[in-house]
Amino acid sequence: MPNAIEIAHNTLLAPASLSDSDLDRVMNQLLTSQIDAADIYFQASRLESWVLEDGIIRDGNYNIEQGVGVRAISGEKTGFAYTDEIALPSLLEAGRTARAIARAGSQGTTRLSRTTPTQQLYAPLNPLESMTEEEKIGLLRRLDAEARRQDPRVQQVIASLVAAHDVVLVAASDGTLCGDVRPLVRCNVHVIVEADGRREQGSSGGGARESFQFFVDEERALGYAREAVRQALVNLEAEDAPAGSMTVVLGSGWPGILLHEAIGHGLEGDFNRKGTSAFSGRIGEKVAADGCTVVDNGTLPGRRGSLNMDDEGTPSQCTVLIEDGRLKGYMQDKHNAHLMGGHSTGNGRRESYAHLPMPRMTNTYMLPGQHDPGEIIASVKRGLYAVNFGGGQVDITSGKFVFSASEAYLIENGKVTRPVRGATLIGSGPEVLTRVSMIGNDLELDAGVGTCGKDGQSVPVGVGQPTLKIDNLTVGGTSA
Amino acid sequence: MSEQQLSARQARLEQMVNDLLKEAQQQGASAAEAAVSSDSGLSINVRKGEVETIEHTRDQGLGITVYFGQRKGTASTSDFKPEAIRDTVRAACNIARFTNDDPCSGLADADRMATETPDLDLYHPWDITPEEAIELGRRCESAALELDTRISNTEGASVNSHGGLHVYGNSHGFVGGYPSSRHSLSCSVIGQQNGSMQRDYWYTVSRDAGQLESEFEVGRKAGERTLARLGARKLGTRQAPVIFRADIAGSLLRSLISAISGSSLYRKASFLLDQLGQPIFPAHVQIQEHPRIPGGLGSAAFDSEGVATYDKRIIQDGVLQTYLLSSYSARKLGLQSTANAGGVHNLSITPGEHDLDGLLREMGSGLLVTEMMGHGVNMVTGDYSRGAAGFWVEQGEIQFPVEEITIAGNLKQMFAQLLAVGRDEERRSSIRTGSLLIEQMTIAGE
Repeated sequence: MPNAIEIAHNTLLAPASLSDSDLDRVMNQLLTSQIDAADIYFQASRLESWVLEDGIIRDGNYNIEQGVGVRAISGEKTGFAYTDEIALPSLLEAGRTARAIARAGSQGTTRLSRTTPTQQLYAPLNPLESMTEEEKIGLLRRLDAEARRQDPRVQQVIASLVAAHDVVLVAASDGTLCGDVRPLVRCNVHVIVEADGRREQGSSGGGARESFQFFVDEERALGYAREAVRQALVNLEAEDAPAGSMTVVLGSGWPGILLHEAIGHGLEGDFNRKGTSAFSGRIGEKVAADGCTVVDNGTLPGRRGSLNMDDEGTPSQCTVLIEDGRLKGYMQDKHNAHLMGGHSTGNGRRESYAHLPMPRMTNTYMLPGQHDPGEIIASVKRGLYAVNFGGGQVDITSGKFVFSASEAYLIENGKVTRPVRGATLIGSGPEVLTRVSMIGNDLELDAGVGTCGKDGQSVPVGVGQPTLKIDNLTVGGTSA
Repeated sequence: MSEQQLSARQARLEQMVNDLLKEAQQQGASAAEAAVSSDSGLSINVRKGEVETIEHTRDQGLGITVYFGQRKGTASTSDFKPEAIRDTVRAACNIARFTNDDPCSGLADADRMATETPDLDLYHPWDITPEEAIELGRRCESAALELDTRISNTEGASVNSHGGLHVYGNSHGFVGGYPSSRHSLSCSVIGQQNGSMQRDYWYTVSRDAGQLESEFEVGRKAGERTLARLGARKLGTRQAPVIFRADIAGSLLRSLISAISGSSLYRKASFLLDQLGQPIFPAHVQIQEHPRIPGGLGSAAFDSEGVATYDKRIIQDGVLQTYLLSSYSARKLGLQSTANAGGVHNLSITPGEHDLDGLLREMGSGLLVTEMMGHGVNMVTGDYSRGAAGFWVEQGEIQFPVEEITIAGNLKQMFAQLLAVGRDEERRSSIRTGSLLIEQMTIAGE
């Protein structure tokens, strides 16, 4: 199998008859002014989706995107232009536009050198071709049948299957010339159940940087169908959620969205360079309870948030954000690292060639502790046990964050008792981890469903955590 | 772009739509619809008086939906080369080989197509250079920074100017298109007091740059709003009346729109099933859609299926008058399209008699919500629980800023408990509303 850089060359440069020396020419044109750094980002992507609804394959969509983005940096200033056309004249024009950020001046030159990827966390495959159309549709039908088979109260099943094949090539003024081929698949099942005039919903899914076989292996997709129905039926029985400050036990896995919102965003380099984060200037300080160690790790094989290299060509890595309760480091892209006197941590990401890169998370999770999850529940007299969540949001400046539970239970006298309706949980990022009083030994990562939004750009991410007990978190129910 | 260049460009996009439809027919489709758009613009951000980013944007895209009888396939691309267009149509046709017959699928009915495309005054190009935009941003940001020494940091000021063309056509023979523009100026600053930081922002947006608020006004408001939040504290958990300030109250109307949209209804994924003709709000509430307001941010002469838009009452004297339907959801429900494929075009709730101060007096003691966080709305049940920040009010007077609280209730009850609508109408959105006073919600805090 050809490696990623060869595929990237053949996909992106060869059809436009662009050679490495053409890239040198564009780069040197960019550098003939007061430009500190510049990069060119080529991308071609294919996205295919299928939707089953009301028992039929209702819709399918195929999307073809390609283009190139050119960025020029001078001090804290960034000029950016992009074009849908991959060809030398439009590339030179985009370069002229981007470099206008700086006045004409000194000369600079660079020579790009091809580097082969240092890690292969996923195969450079095209997931769209990993199953025939008949097989994709057959899978969706099986999910519909599996969901309906679970319970006669299932009224509606919406199942979807999405695959993306993304080929990128990065050339940068520091000599970087490397490429990546990024497969991504996603499957989701959403159900609506009805009983005695009450309706509820449940949703489950997963994904990975793999072929569609991922969903067949271990009956994963069938598991999503069963899980969506289970959640919906639990919610049919749910009572009003409590309101107020109380002990909250968060389940393992996807509830790690807590770390993404409360901690992760506040530790992105751009906010800290500008001093706009509630964590700015606090490296070395105690921001979490003893035993809390949080990492951002882009090197987990096959994970949704993983990358062989980030969108600036830096290999992804495992960055320790909080070590045993102390703030250890920020997540950086090249630009912010340079301005703060450090190095990129492989977190420079962008939604596409038409967007500017910035520091973003990959897979963010807390390492496991000592406690058995059963022991954690047993220690709570009255509290909330929240195991599934919808989205979250953070105000990085005030540090306030929210995340919304979609499956939660009351804990009464050390036992999980009744299910309660979904409720938003709110807290303060710099405080919440100082209130962690027990850390489970059951670290789990999410099923591969996360998408993070920042400045209007979406990128796939992962989260994870062991079961966590947090003393005093505000639960936004209606039952005061 | 000059008038002449513009109409040449529009003619080119219309030709592309026709080519797409023809290609679909040649590849065997029994019907097809296509949309093509092309936009360009400038985004600049200034921070601490220095330009931070200059982005030149140029976005184009085309999408095609083909029908083979009742089977459907769609494909899209940003590549406008002839061979890419053929490949895209082929991809859509390939998808349609595998989708199922759906008795409700197909184009909107031919007799509902818009017969004319009135000039809705949506295109006002802004002849601004990057240098001028940078100066504008600088003046805006300094108006905020100079306001008070407690304004300690800034995320900067942004100037955005975008314009473009959108053309839609289908195999009924309908082809329509129009140019539109959108310009905005925004500012976001950070204040500090006793070691804790707060951030707030303000923006102005219009189709016509001449209608934008002045840069000094935008900067001053961003600064004032940030200062007002300093010293925020939590509240104890309680039940209280809540006012959603006009600038965020549109989110409640968005929940209404979603709940009465055909796609939620036929999936039974709405808390407002079977409510046509039923009172949803108190009798004083009137909500309507005016899709053809000249210069309106949501204005359009036809929806995303070519159906002619028209004025309609959605809530009259509190009673639900119509659902919001595309041709597909209408067929699913045995109804007619309401020209809402792709959403609503200029929805408004009729303003009441009081300004915000008047509403605060009417509320007496309660919570004025000025920011919401998160997505805690369950559209199936109407359960509502969101993070909030704002001000605690007693005897009609703001007492202190609050944060790190949640507000919770059920949308069905909240709509029924809409006591008053302010006359402080928010005009920067295609959804226009004044501040909204809700009788009671649960506030969770300390």
